[in-house]
This record gives sequence, C-alpha cells and structure tokens, in this order.
Amino acid sequence: MRKVEVITQVLNANDLTARENRALLKDHHVLGVNLMASPGAGKTSLILQTAQTWAGRYRVGVIEGDVASRIDADRVASRDIPVVQINTGGECHLEALTVQRALKTLPLDEIDILFIENVGNLICPVQFQLGEEVRVVVASVPEGDDKPYKYPGIFTAVHVVVLNKIDLAPYVDFGLDAMRQGVSSLNPGAELFEVSCRTGEGVAKWAKWLGSLARSQ
Amino acid sequence: MHELSVTEQLLDVTLEHAENAMASRVLRIDLVIGDLTGFMEESIRFYFDILSEGTKAQNALLKIARVPVRARCGECRTEFTPGEGNWRCPLCQGPLKEIINGREFYVESIEVE
Repeated sequence: MRKVEVITQVLNANDLTARENRALLKDHHVLGVNLMASPGAGKTSLILQTAQTWAGRYRVGVIEGDVASRIDADRVASRDIPVVQINTGGECHLEALTVQRALKTLPLDEIDILFIENVGNLICPVQFQLGEEVRVVVASVPEGDDKPYKYPGIFTAVHVVVLNKIDLAPYVDFGLDAMRQGVSSLNPGAELFEVSCRTGEGVAKWAKWLGSLARSQ
Repeated sequence: MHELSVTEQLLDVTLEHAENAMASRVLRIDLVIGDLTGFMEESIRFYFDILSEGTKAQNALLKIARVPVRARCGECRTEFTPGEGNWRCPLCQGPLKEIINGREFYVESIEVE
C-alpha cells in the first residue's frame, strides 16, 4: 500500500472549462453575468427589465438554464434578444461545459452583456464557475430577510445582491434593515440593489451600475 | 441531487491519479469538504458506492474531513467562526473582511496498491 498525494480540486475540470469560457467572452468583449436565485425570485423579469432600461444602449444575450421547458427562453426571444435554452433534465445547476456549448451558438460579436440565468436554486450553482465576470444572487422580499444567514455559501460568494419585489414589502413581514445587515455582515464588499421588476423601481440604478462594468470589457 | 455530478468528478480525479501512480486498486480516498460548500457527505457516499462499482476505486474507504467556516474580522483582524444568524466579529462586532476557510473541496490524497 502506498499513499499518493493528490491535492486536486474535485471541480477542477469544470474550473478549467470555465476559464476557457471566460477567455472566449473576453475575446469578444462580452461581460458574462451569472444570475442565481431560488425559483420565482425574478431572474428572467430582471433580465427583461434591465434590457428594457438600457433600450439598446448595451446589446444583451441570454443563456437560460432550467430543468425543463422553453418558457423563459420564449419570454426573452419575444423581445428580440438572442437566447439559448439549456434544459438540464434534473440537474439543479449549470456547468461550464453546457454553457460552452451554448456560447458556440450565440452571436457573441453582437452582444455586450450576456446574462446566464442559472437553474433556480440557492445551494449548488455557486460551486460551479461558468466563465462569468459577475456573480449575482437575486433575492426577493417574499422569501424573507433571513436568507443570507440561511444560505451563506451563495451570499458570501457573489459580487452583487439584487433584492427584487420591494413593492411587496408593506404586505409581508420583511425587515429591509435586517436584510441589509445580513448582506453587509456576510459580504461587506457586495453591492446591494433594491428593485421591483413589476414597478420598475430601482432598476435604473442597477442597470447603470452593470452597464458601467460592460464598458470596461 | 447535485452530488451526483460532483461525485462523478471526484471519481474521475481519483482514477486519474491512481492511473498515474500505476496502481491496480484504490484503498482509501481522503476528501476535504468545507462547510460553506453545502455538499452532503451522505449523498456523496451514496453516489460513490454506485459510481465506483467495477472501477479501481470500488470498495475504497472514503474518508471525509469537514472544514468549519473561518472568517477574519476587518476591524481587529481576529479569526472567528461565524455564529448562526450572526456573522459579526464576536470580539469587536466588526464586519468580516475575508473568509479564510469553508470553501474547500479537494482530494488530499489516495492510498493505492
């Protein structure tokens, strides 16, 4: 019997593919944005509202990750935004390899900002780099203000928290200050944007911030 | 559910290193998992038994070391393990500056013959 030192990341293969994706996006001056959230937090709505706010100032592309269906991709395509739907068939997150296949079918030279909408799930998507520059978690008011503490893995790993559905705050038990404190204690460097995709409140500020990152690509 | 694809990759890493070492069998795998990853030990073991069948790693002992979350305070530089529902520094109540441990997910070593 002999001992063999390994010291290798289990997700090494995924990380390497993610690095290739990042290089490909950089070559085409595309800003990759990995949007993660629980199901129903408003990822697709945020993409559509953001694109509408930009009104053509930045060209948007979308990769939609879902377990099944083309519902989200159809919503995006109806706005004349290039979109690829990935159906994971049960897997609860996107991986770099499936994103790589999708990238090959997108007109990358005609895209400034690529939203990669992950499968709705707050646990595993964050473990799988896809090649993105910006990691975003979309939280929503009805989910509660304690989500950062309950899902520290994702809330500590993102660059941005977008809190959606703030128009619902008066109708549910949600402490805005508690949420702000949760985000700032777990991830003091993270940006926090409070928006409502339904009323449009706060979307312009977020869109401006994200757009400024695209310009530097 | 996500442990399925993760365990596939664990097995790939293990078998690749066993191959490189020209081993005929893997007896033990030392895996390190940080608490922030959310990976479940039981699920990994469950999938490992199924996936490793018929490979050199069949019946290998899977030793898993868990690493608790450790953070460093941005104010007083103390290292601490965050409490439930409170991630402030226990000494000075300052915000954390960085996470030192908790994201680990790697194979440390394998024992082969």
